[in-house]
Amino acid sequence: MMPLLRHQSVFFLIMRRMRAPLILLIAIIAISVMGLTLAPGVDENGKTVYLSFFHALYFISYTATTIGFGEIPYAFSDQQRLWVLACIYLSVIGWAYTVGTVFALLADRNLQQAIRTQSFMRAVRNLREPFYLVCGFGETGRLICDALDRLGFRAVVIELDDTKVGEIELYGYHADIPALCADARNPENLKFAGLTHRSCIGVIALTNDDSANLAIAIAARLLAPKIPALCRAESAETAANMASFGTRHIINPFEKFSEYLALALHAPAAWHLLTWLTGVPGTTMERQRDPPHGEWILCGHGRFGRMLAHVLEREGVPLTIIDRNAPPPAPSARWVQGEGTGAPALEAAGVRRAAGIVAATANDVDNLSTVVTARELNPKLFVILRQNHFANNSLFEAFDYDVNVVPSRIIAHECLAILTTPLLVPFLEDMKRHDEDWCDRLLGRLTDRFGWEVPTVWSERINVSRAPALYRKLMKGVTIELRSLLKSPSNRDDALACDILLLRREDDDHLLIPEGDTELRAGDELLLVGTAEAQREFGLLISNDHALVYVLTGTDLPGGWIWERLSRNRAERSETA
Amino acid sequence: MPLTWAGTSPAALPLPCRETGMNLEKVIFGFFIVLAATLNFGFFVGDIDNPQHHDIYELFFAIVVSLIATVLKLGDRTQIGAVHLSTSLVADLQLIAAAMVWGYAAHISADGLTPEMVARIVSLSGGALFANVVSVIILIAETIMQRR
Repeated sequence: MMPLLRHQSVFFLIMRRMRAPLILLIAIIAISVMGLTLAPGVDENGKTVYLSFFHALYFISYTATTIGFGEIPYAFSDQQRLWVLACIYLSVIGWAYTVGTVFALLADRNLQQAIRTQSFMRAVRNLREPFYLVCGFGETGRLICDALDRLGFRAVVIELDDTKVGEIELYGYHADIPALCADARNPENLKFAGLTHRSCIGVIALTNDDSANLAIAIAARLLAPKIPALCRAESAETAANMASFGTRHIINPFEKFSEYLALALHAPAAWHLLTWLTGVPGTTMERQRDPPHGEWILCGHGRFGRMLAHVLEREGVPLTIIDRNAPPPAPSARWVQGEGTGAPALEAAGVRRAAGIVAATANDVDNLSTVVTARELNPKLFVILRQNHFANNSLFEAFDYDVNVVPSRIIAHECLAILTTPLLVPFLEDMKRHDEDWCDRLLGRLTDRFGWEVPTVWSERINVSRAPALYRKLMKGVTIELRSLLKSPSNRDDALACDILLLRREDDDHLLIPEGDTELRAGDELLLVGTAEAQREFGLLISNDHALVYVLTGTDLPGGWIWERLSRNRAERSETA
Repeated sequence: MPLTWAGTSPAALPLPCRETGMNLEKVIFGFFIVLAATLNFGFFVGDIDNPQHHDIYELFFAIVVSLIATVLKLGDRTQIGAVHLSTSLVADLQLIAAAMVWGYAAHISADGLTPEMVARIVSLSGGALFANVVSVIILIAETIMQRR
């Protein structure tokens, strides 16, 4: 179903279809009126009179619409009644045909689609707040829309599946999400959905079709080069293709997880820090078992399996692959051909002496069956379990896995991290360069302070719009150290429940975990971690003069214009005295 | 030379459709437009204030044919179609106004159909005639452009 082209409007579509019934109606009324003016009538004196056009039109109007006021101005003659009889049946046919056409038109799928498309385009055109264009409303799209809605961003959705578009209305979002049922591969549809709108601040391509995501990426690159595009790519070729024309954020859930697993194998502390910082806000992380070094078994050598095999080899982990297909000519690891769900193949792969198993097929039931069998054979196994469909969540929750890989959730977290806390990615990159001890110490310090619950991570930029009070103070030449800023605006003896992870300056290098005596400069960007309440308080004290002065000096500024004037006068007088 | 013509925009497609045969739809369309103009003219000619020179049936048919011509022009998305529709709407408006004046004179005003009233009706129909003439000119121009 393609929406109508721009120059076609619903009005003209209706008008074209209504041509025939309207002409019929005009013709019937004209014939009836004319006949009525020609039929001879009799007045009260027995004189022959003819109805004028005015009276004839009046009579036909109320007769044709079945109102029926009676015979005017005199009782009709038999000649007139004969003609009126014909008129009544003629007009009934005319109305029935017209009304029937109108209802057929309203029930027309094409017209309904045209009306829906037009109201969607109007809704998008009238958006005045910044919004994200989300292509694909599957599991990932839903997670993203949920999160964007909670964060107070607007979203516009394009989805191919009619039923999923209908679902959007069933979720109780705070703000309306305009949704169009159309193919996002068509650049016209992307334009309808606001790709070139000036309030569009990002495109997120999440369809389950790599070629569609590629088409969206190139459309975004050419039509709206300034806004960031976040694209899901599940095959390496698509990712390379996207990268070739400069797509800024390519998200491959399998590659992302393989990276995490590599990190977990050689730097468990860094991995824990990463999962703690990027978890879903409001959930509690448990300090998971570190993935053991030892023999690993990988079930399923598909897209995900290949990437994992590559990573595990790079980490020097001895690996056995179970796959129902025959091994490639020169397998890089030991290969067992068979069903991973059955004990024989697992035994052949050496499950009893293995340290860990990864169930990485695209079939949820197969994956569960594999790990349940493997755990029975070797209860100490470290289990990494791939979950393809969110609908199977309760089954997966019932099994005691070590790590659960849900591609839709990985993509959603990655998108949100990029969109909401742009500094988090550079921080994580920097963090990986530090040694284990450093990560362990940092994780220990942060979790002692904030607990294992996933903290709020946010970015602040010291500029006029985000931090007017702090910016003005800095521009006046006041020296402000980080230490003096992290205090509660309600009582400055209390520390603010947050820490600064990263400070970025335009001219300078990044400062990872800046010291307390670092002096702030205008234009600095900060990455903070802490409680949601600390985020609010920090936002207050960098934007509000009174809160900032109180935190820095301990004095309460007088409120209101008169008191400010008085106190300034008094200060000047004491200076001159 | 790289092939740059991508058939994405329908506006880029060549528009003039050369039809060699006679098209019944076009015959009907032209018939109603010309008939609206001729009926209008028939009503208009004669002394401006003499009721005997202006037949009410002719006005009635001028209105009906003009309305049908308007409906025939509905839903045409071209530029020329839009001008057609607007001239037709002007003619309808003027003729219906003339009919309303007639109705007022014959049934509501105390003096009946006076020469002043007839002059008003005929001058209104004269305005409609001008719009109808414009319609006919557009029709002719369109035809000449297509046959070239």
